[in-house]
Formats: sequence, structure tokens, C-alpha cells
Amino acid sequence: MKKLKILGLVLFLVGFGIFNSLFFIHQYSIRQVDTSIYLSERQDSLFHHLSEDFSQEIYFSSFSFANKLSELIDQINDFQLKRYSLTPDEINRLTELYQESLTFGMIGIEDIFDKSEPGQFKANAFKNFGGWLEGRTFSNAEELKTSIEAVSENIKLYGVINQKGIDRYKKKDLLYTLTKQSTFGRAREHNLLMFFLSIGLSIIGAFIYVIIPDKKQQQVYKSSISNRGWLGILTGTYLILFYIILYYFPQYMTGWVILADPVSMFIKGSEAGPFFLYGLLYTISILVMGIRMLLKYPNNRYQQIRTLSVMFFQTAFAFLIPEILIRLNKPYFDFKNIWPLDYDFFFDSQLNELLSHGSLGLFMLGWGIFLILLGVPVLVYFFGKRWYCSWVCGCGGLAETLGDPFRQLSDKTLKAWKAERIVIHAVLVLSIIMTIGVVYTYWTGESNFLGINTYNLREAYGFWIGAAFAGVIGTGFYPLMGNRVWCRFGCPLAAYLGIIQRFKSRFRITTNGGQCISCGNCSTYCEMGIDVRWYAQRGQNIIRASCVGCGVCSSVCPRGVLKLENKDEKTRL
Amino acid sequence: MAKRIVILGNGISGITAARNIRKRSDDPITVISSESRHFFSRTALMYIYMGHMKYEHTKPYEDGFWKKNKIDLVYNHVQKIDTKINSLEFSDGGSMEYDILILALGSKTNSFNWPGEHLRGVQGLYSLQDLELLEKNTKDITKAVIIGGGLIGVELAEMLWSRDIGVTLLAREKYFWDNVLPHQEAKFIGQHILEQGIDLRLNTQLKEIKDDGTGSVKSIITQTGEEIECQLVGLTAGVHPNIDLIKNTDIRTNRGILVDNYLRTNIENIYAIGDCAEIQNPLPHRKSIEPVWYTGRQMGEAVANTICNIPTPYDPGVWFNSAKFFEIEYQTYGNVPNQLPPEMEEFYWENKKDEKCIHLVFEKETHTFLGINVFGIRLRHEIFDKWLVEKSSITDVIDNLEASNFDPELFRRYEKDIRAAFYAQFPELTLEVK
Repeated sequence: MKKLKILGLVLFLVGFGIFNSLFFIHQYSIRQVDTSIYLSERQDSLFHHLSEDFSQEIYFSSFSFANKLSELIDQINDFQLKRYSLTPDEINRLTELYQESLTFGMIGIEDIFDKSEPGQFKANAFKNFGGWLEGRTFSNAEELKTSIEAVSENIKLYGVINQKGIDRYKKKDLLYTLTKQSTFGRAREHNLLMFFLSIGLSIIGAFIYVIIPDKKQQQVYKSSISNRGWLGILTGTYLILFYIILYYFPQYMTGWVILADPVSMFIKGSEAGPFFLYGLLYTISILVMGIRMLLKYPNNRYQQIRTLSVMFFQTAFAFLIPEILIRLNKPYFDFKNIWPLDYDFFFDSQLNELLSHGSLGLFMLGWGIFLILLGVPVLVYFFGKRWYCSWVCGCGGLAETLGDPFRQLSDKTLKAWKAERIVIHAVLVLSIIMTIGVVYTYWTGESNFLGINTYNLREAYGFWIGAAFAGVIGTGFYPLMGNRVWCRFGCPLAAYLGIIQRFKSRFRITTNGGQCISCGNCSTYCEMGIDVRWYAQRGQNIIRASCVGCGVCSSVCPRGVLKLENKDEKTRL
Repeated sequence: MAKRIVILGNGISGITAARNIRKRSDDPITVISSESRHFFSRTALMYIYMGHMKYEHTKPYEDGFWKKNKIDLVYNHVQKIDTKINSLEFSDGGSMEYDILILALGSKTNSFNWPGEHLRGVQGLYSLQDLELLEKNTKDITKAVIIGGGLIGVELAEMLWSRDIGVTLLAREKYFWDNVLPHQEAKFIGQHILEQGIDLRLNTQLKEIKDDGTGSVKSIITQTGEEIECQLVGLTAGVHPNIDLIKNTDIRTNRGILVDNYLRTNIENIYAIGDCAEIQNPLPHRKSIEPVWYTGRQMGEAVANTICNIPTPYDPGVWFNSAKFFEIEYQTYGNVPNQLPPEMEEFYWENKKDEKCIHLVFEKETHTFLGINVFGIRLRHEIFDKWLVEKSSITDVIDNLEASNFDPELFRRYEKDIRAAFYAQFPELTLEVK
């Protein structure tokens, strides 16, 4: 048995090693790629003009390829800027036009610019960007010129780059898409084989490893990975890097993404993107480590059914249904994701997408709002926030399965509790302000809300909360601060659920009279960092906003002291 | 006038006393221990060894708690008490005066003067130091023998089992722990222990421990002359009050430090609580010495009140306890004698497949419910306490078992099976007027 377990570990490590090597062993060349699909005619011809050397070359690293590509895109922008920006001469002539009256107007502007295509663009752009100056009188020519220069700068930044160049959103997409199209080599030709040798072997190995019982698995504080040893730090570092690449530099990981192409073709009928690969790996992790969880608590039906529940919701609701919806030409929709965890639910792109899909889209919109306004409070009232956090949620699902070996690493100090309350409620407030701003902009078309640019606000939220906090820290810190860092300190939905759980719910953890022996298993294994023992040894019920109701405190209690219950609200305290 | 209160021992009793005195008074409080700097949970020692926890997790309060609550902790060893001048003498030569002294000295491992019991590799399991010694003694060993089939014996067996050390468990009883458990449960739990791969030897006593020639354990010899090779001998045949310090004082002792119902010793300003205390007139169904966690806590609470001028007799109420034998949890409420007296009737139910059993005892004449042992099912303390205090009838208990269940949600329930089996055995009780 032990040998088989070691074999499992070896298979996993081999698969994992191959997976990692696939990050590096591909070749990259843009020669075969039809860039005209992604670029305007002029951009494309500029690209061909600029990339003569580049397109001949074969790169052996996604980093150097994508970085070179990035330079080329910047060069295209420079060319376009040169072509479509106001020249100093044009600025001077504009200044002269108003020098006498010192009053700004739009008459005569056409004559400043020539009749060429760039000239027409400039004239239109100047009218658009300079409209706010119309009718204004200046005290001297100097002031007038400064204003015209400001308009010229805005045209460069927003007019030329957005309309003629490649803005940063498009650039991010383009970098990824072109790199993916340019990725080739043996590994791509033998895509399915590679999938099996990397992800397939990892699954088989991990599966063998987890199904063979081992007493050592319980000895979490003797294991380097689950006790912040070097293996734990290494794992954390790996996860952090993985998330940074996934969220901020997906162009570097095309060697991985192509692995998921066959699966993606099968499920949604198109090629995989980085988040398809991520969803696939995420689901596999929950399934394999979910099986580990099922075997860890063979006689505990609460843990069994709860684990099956998160495995189901991840596989069906988070992974398969949204992709199948895409295949059916319907909006991508995760029916169990709830705002404000699902922070872009009210973004204009999302709303437009739903509103353009008739009754199904409207149903989805209504369903999402129903969950926020009624589903959450009613279910939390009856069952506590656990119905979501440890039974349905995807973040919770990963935490309860892949994250289970790290649950003991959560900080139990009072200090951590204080920090938790401040940070999580701050994120909740921020998410609400951000969303109100975004909806306000959607409704009124006005991009300023309370003096804040809502586009900048939503972008900052997505970057810092949606990606950095929830992903990089949320999962990357599993081996460092436990498996619920995001859920405990960051998730705005958990904060919302928690407020209801704390003040209006039937849920509580009951303690059993005088049976507690203060051993501390409950506190040690509380992933939310609740000092359960503090309450249990006093015979007090545990009513805490953060409790996700995973039930592990009750499972590890050697004296039968703790029980999760939904009973009459009056008997809670 | 502020009284200087000194508590000897930082276990559950001493610490509970300190905390509860602090709630009611501003008197200076000092807690002295030579075992650990801070209060830790002795019951969790096994989990440290098994790698489930670290020492720091066994501390129920953060280290800053004591300063915040103005409870002075002294990490030192008291070697003498002078009750005439109210003074303690430390082994490093220092001394400390007290106005009130609370003795919470805990227990010591029992031994029976077995030949070889002082060899290297022979030890009990009670203190933090015992745990450190066990780490040393079990480094790279393959075989251990445990002497004494009680709760600590099973815990030690599980600890060693978790490290793949072969365990032979010697118990002199006919069935496992049958000096406490009725034979049905004793057999049931003995079987479970065997199934874990523990070599449980019942009806077996230790004769001597053999030296390997270097002062370490080589093997043990049983009373029947059988030799069992081992590198560790765990002595777990119970504990007794740790009263060596008291022996040369005028504080009265018997097996433990004798106290009245207010936990007062014969010396006016000295109290004794926890494992080391021996109650002179225990309540019915309670023993004079009860080395369990919650009695220590209750004594600490009672003595704190008394010292703060709210004289409170120690009243532990109805007996209850709990333990865990490998995978199976055990709870008991009330009185379930290991030998059924003629005036009592019993009902035993077992589900072999799921490893659950329950044993109820009641009065033959009045059908008053007297006590319950349960394995593998969690029961609600409050409800059983109420049933026992109110002297409910056995049928009330059987009919309302659902209300007493404390198992986690979604667990399989057995009340119906139990009830059906009960009325099949006692059909005459079906019609009892309630």
C-alpha cells in the first residue's frame, strides 16, 4: 500500500513536472498568423512593415516573444500618434485663428487642416475634444495656446490611441491572442498526448495518493507543506506566481492554455482561453481533493454531503453550464455566483449582454437580483451563511477541498479578528460604492460619480480586489495563512452574509454542557480563525459573523461538544 | 486590605480559580507552576504527539491574557510550605508569602513497585515533561508495551499507533476497563481496540521489566512468564494525588489533601482543589477523588466564590464524563455500575456494523432512570442532567430520545431502533401511564 502511495506521488510529480515544462518548451512564430483579423488595415500594414525581422524569427520563450510583440504594438501606436496628432504648426495656426478676438469658436477650423484622411480626423477630433472651449474668452494668447495644447494632448491620449491605435485593453487581448496563435511545436501537435502526460498523469497520481489511507496525513504539524515548512512556502510561491501570470500576463502561459483546447472544443465548441484552463484545473482540484475529503471523514455524513455539494456546484454550475451556454450562443452565466462577490454583475457589458438575450437574459438578471435581495437573507436566516460559503460557493469549494490541508494555519489571535472585521467590511463598502458608481454611469452616461471616475474605480477594484486579493492572495496564501484568507478578510459577499448571520439567523454552534476539555482541536482546525474553544469551555453558543459552518470543529472534537444547529432564534444566546 | 492569593499549580483547577477570583476581586493573584510557563490543556498532550497540534495550540488563552487580567505567573518549583509563617520556599532559594494558599497540585502516575520500573524507556503520561520524555523514548523504536487498560492507556496506544509503533496493551481486567464499564461495553470497546491493530492482552499482569544491560528496557515479563520485547513501557494504571509537597506539613492528607465541601483544608487559609483534593464527605454517586477535567474546573469556580466571601460548597451535580477510544466517542451520564445490583434493571442495545452501543440502567421497582453509557452517539448533557435530576422514568427517556441527540446534522439516527428494541425487551412498559 505504501509503495502504491509513493507511486501515486511520483506519477503526480511527473505529471506536474511535465505540465510545468510545457510552460517553457513551445516555440513561437507569428509567420503563419493572419493578423488582419485583429488589426485595422492600416495597423496591419504597419505591423507587417515593422515586423519584417520579427515574423521571420522563431522564439523559444513566450516571454521574449510577447515582449517583442508588445514593443511592436507600441511602435504602431507611435506611428499612429505621429500621423493623427496635431503638429506644432497646426497648433500655432489654431492659436493665430483666435488671436484677435481671444474668443474660442469652431468657425474656420476646417481650413487649418488639410483634406487628407488624417486631416479630417484631426478636424473632427478637435471639434469633439475642444467642444468645451467654445465661446470662452481668454485674457491673452498665451492662455489660449495652453488650452489648445491641452486639447491636443487629450486627442493623443484618448482620440488617437482609442480610435486609430491599440488601447491597453485591446493590447492585453492582442498580446494574449497573437501569442496563443503563434504558439507551435511538437507539444501543440500532440496536444491530447501532452494533456494526458501533464494534467492526466497529475490527476491519476493525485487520485492514487489521496485514496490510499495514511496515518501521516493526519499529522499536519509534522509535514513541511502543511506547517509552513519549505514545501509550504514553495507551494505558496508557486500559486502566487501562477495567479500573477493568469491575471496580469496571460500571454506568457499560452503553452498551458493550448492543452485545454481539445476539452474546450468538446465542451463549448471553441478554443480555450486562460480562464477556461483555469476553470478546468480549478474543477479538477476540487474533485480530486474532494475525494480526499470524503475519505478523510468516512463516518461523517455532514462532511460527506457537504463535500459532494461543493463538488457538484463547481462542476455543474461554475464550470459546465456557463460554457455550454456559450456553445448555445447564450450569455455566460454562473447561476450560483452572487454580487458583490460577482463584482461585475452590474457592469455595463454584463447588463447589455443580458438585456440583448431576451427572456433568458432577463431571467438571469432577475435571478441574480433575487439572490441578492431575497435568496441570501432568507437562506441565511434559516441555515446560516454556510448554505453558501461551505456548500455552494466556488471559492469556498476550493478552500474546503484543495485548501483543507491548510485550514489550521489561520490566525486565531484577537488581533487577527479585529483586522478581519475592518478589512472585510471595508471591501464590502468599496464594492457597493464601486457598483453604485458603475450603475450611475450606465444610467446617466456621466463618468464622474462623487468626484470619482467610475471607470477608474471599477478597474482599480478589479485589479486590487477581484484579482490581487481574491486570487493571488486568496489562494496563493493557502499554505501561509490558511485556506480562507479571501473568505475571511476580503469577500464582500461573506461580509454581507455574515452581518445577517450575526444579527438575524437561526444558526449557531451549540456547546454540550460541561463536556469540553479545552483541548483546542476546534480552534486549531477552524479555517476562519475563530477561537471556538473560548466559547466551548464556557458552555456558550458560538455566533460569529465569519463562521462558514464547515462543521470541522464539531468533527474533530473528541468529546462531542459542538453541534451546528438551526433552531428557534430566541434560544441562540 | 488586599489579600495576597497564591495558587500552586496552573492546571485547569488553579487557573479557573485565578480567573474567577479576578472577576470578583482586585486582590493580587499569583499562580506558580514548575511544569509550564502558561496554562495549557493537559488533555491535548496526545494531539501534540500525533502532530495534530503544536504546544501553542493547547494554550486556551493568549499569553497576553494574564498580564491584562493582572494574574502573575511564576515559573518556579516550590519545595516547601511553611504554614506557620504563611510562606513558600522555592527550590532556587527564593520565597514567597501568601495570605491565602490554594493547592492545585494535580496527579502523579501510579506505579506498583514493579522490578525495573526505573529503567530508561519506562514512563507514565501526565505532564508536559512526560510528553517530552516520550518523544525521546520513542525515537526510532518499533515496539511498546502499555501497562493498564484505562483512558490514558488507550490514548497512549493511539499515540504510538499513529507513529506505526507496535503496541501491546496489558490489562489485568477480564474485559477492557471492566472495573468501570459493564461487560457489554467492555467487550464492545475491547473489540474496537483490537481492530485497530493493538495487541490487547486481557487478564494479563506485569511481573517485571527487563534491562537490556545498558539501563534501558529490553522486554517485559508477564505474570504467566511470557516475555514481550519492547523499547518502551507505558505505565498507565491510573493516577494518584500529587501530595509529596504536603507530606511534611500539618495539612491533613489521606490519599489526597483532605477538604470539606468548601474545599478548605484543616488550615484556615489553605484550600485544595482538583486532582489533589480528597473530599471528605462526597455526594452520593460521587467519589472522594475524581481526577477529571470538569471537576477541576468546578472546584476552581467554587473555591473562587468562597474566597471572595460568597461561601459556595462544591457541588458537581450528577456524574458525567466522556472519552474517546480511537474512533469511538464515549459519554456517560448518571450511574451505570459495572456490576448490575439486583435492584436495578438494564437495557443494552448495540449496532455492530456502525459500531454504536447504548446502555441504560433504571430502578426495577419505580422504573426511575439512573444512568446511561453511550458509544458512537453524541448526547445532550443538559437533557440527561435534567432527566436525572428530575428522576424521570425510563420510558420518558426512551420516548424522548430524539430530543437528547447531539450528533451532527445529517447523521444516521438510531432512536427508532433503540426504542423498538427496548419495548421488545420490556413489553410490559408499553402501557405504562405517563
